Amino acid sequence: MNDGWMIEVAHLTKRFAGRTAVEDVSFQVGRGEIVGLLGPNGAGKSTTMRILSGFLPATSGSARVAGLDVFRDSREVRRRIGYMPENNPLHPEMRVREYLKFRARLKGLSRRRSRERVDAVLEQFGLTDVSRRIIGQLSRGYRQRVGLADALVHEPELIILDEPTQGLDPHQIRSARETIKSLAGAHTLLISTHNLHEAELMCHRILIMLDGRVLAADTPENLQKLMAGGGQVVAEIAAPAAALRECFAAMPEVETFDLSACEGDYYRCALTARAGVDLRPQLFALARDRGWTLRELTRNRHSLEDIYVRVTRPEEEEE
Amino acid sequence: MQGYWTLTRRELAAYFYSFTGWVVIAVATFLVGLSFVVLLDRLGNAPSPAPVTELFYQTYYFWLIVLLATPVITMRLFALERFSGTFETLMTTPVSDLTVVLAKFSAALVFYLVMWLPMLGCLLVVQRFVHQPGALDAGTLAGMYLGVALVGALFLAAGCFASSLTRSQTAAAMIGALLGVSLFSLGFLAQRVPTSASVFRQALAQLNVFEQMQDFARGVLDTRAVVFHLSGTAFLLYLTLRAVESRRWR
Repeated sequence: MNDGWMIEVAHLTKRFAGRTAVEDVSFQVGRGEIVGLLGPNGAGKSTTMRILSGFLPATSGSARVAGLDVFRDSREVRRRIGYMPENNPLHPEMRVREYLKFRARLKGLSRRRSRERVDAVLEQFGLTDVSRRIIGQLSRGYRQRVGLADALVHEPELIILDEPTQGLDPHQIRSARETIKSLAGAHTLLISTHNLHEAELMCHRILIMLDGRVLAADTPENLQKLMAGGGQVVAEIAAPAAALRECFAAMPEVETFDLSACEGDYYRCALTARAGVDLRPQLFALARDRGWTLRELTRNRHSLEDIYVRVTRPEEEEE
Repeated sequence: MQGYWTLTRRELAAYFYSFTGWVVIAVATFLVGLSFVVLLDRLGNAPSPAPVTELFYQTYYFWLIVLLATPVITMRLFALERFSGTFETLMTTPVSDLTVVLAKFSAALVFYLVMWLPMLGCLLVVQRFVHQPGALDAGTLAGMYLGVALVGALFLAAGCFASSLTRSQTAAAMIGALLGVSLFSLGFLAQRVPTSASVFRQALAQLNVFEQMQDFARGVLDTRAVVFHLSGTAFLLYLTLRAVESRRWR
């Protein structure tokens, strides 16, 4: 009934006074997928999540969850979302069970159902032993689990976690990742992180965000291939278009190519190589053999590469 | 409705979990006790025909408690949630903004009424020792408690609004106190307005919460005063709602 998409975001833009946080972002997330929003701080990940969870309205564009508009059917959407904001805010003065019970009731569960669900999530996240402890006295790892338990207590279809492993020690991070991965299938997950490694470990698909835009969206494997490969090579060659097409089609290393006419006899050829191949020497050889004039030959360092560097750098400094 | 009760219960419980809640109750109890000592001392020197409840409001202790306690009671309601980030988890549950505002206000009002319970004890003590049935009858007492609740509702609504404006509890308390004191002084302004502007003067006189409270304490239920307090409360809560919603249009 809704094409199977759990999240459909189209041309989403969010402007704050004097600042654009999210600009013309479009993406889809299928049911049961784990999708990671990867990007440095300030890339617009949190804002996107806040819009999806119904906390903030978009300036323009549309966002739908399970086929429902997040702003118009806000309450119905909120019923279907389990959202854990950045830094996992909790009420520190409450006890674990009491807090989860409160949250379950707030999310509209009946008294009996909320008791069942609270017991279930306490069990699921290994919180049964601390259920009577005061949240403020728990370790960060436990508090993280309380936040996750809260996000899941009303059995939402979609779970949105903003930086779920932030501030945890390596051991806690590993266990949090395992927990998150175990949720796949039954739930759809949207997770934000600024850690490339983490996104690769947990997510089926990664959206890379920078300065409010989505720059790439693909599986971790494909993104890696994109990185490892020679990327795109641009050559300007003076030759008949048909001959160029024929040659490129015959080259096994060329995955896709695109020709556009320039001034004079020149054609601007944009070629994408298969993974790991640098096409430049071959193109030079081709031009030399055929006697064509080659006036430009450049390899586009894929912009993703720069982003990866930017995304991963803060993490390296931390370690 | 379920959201409303759940949230009201939690907000109310939060007062008793926190040190602040107990301090507010302790200070109010202390001031009530002090005012009664002063009152009884005065009565011992010069017996008065007026009901004890009315005399109490002439001591100014009542207003000291209201002006001091209401901003402290309301300061954490929205400011703390904004500060700690729980505002986001709260507003992403399927509970409407209006429910949130009403639940928080209700919890504050209930706590405020609980805070006044020691006064009831003091009044009973007075009644026991003055041996005068006229000193304190049920009607006067009911009128007084209604007055306490109405005045409280108005000042708490002002505090709610103050709290919804900021992330800082201190700022919320200061703004709340400023609004409260302004409201309180509004009626006294009437005496300062020249008689030539008589309409304005009359309008201001209607806003005199001090005199209205004296009526309530006498057991007089003036509809105008009730309407003024209720509409003032509703207006301030509406402003609070707009401030809570402001993330949607700002």
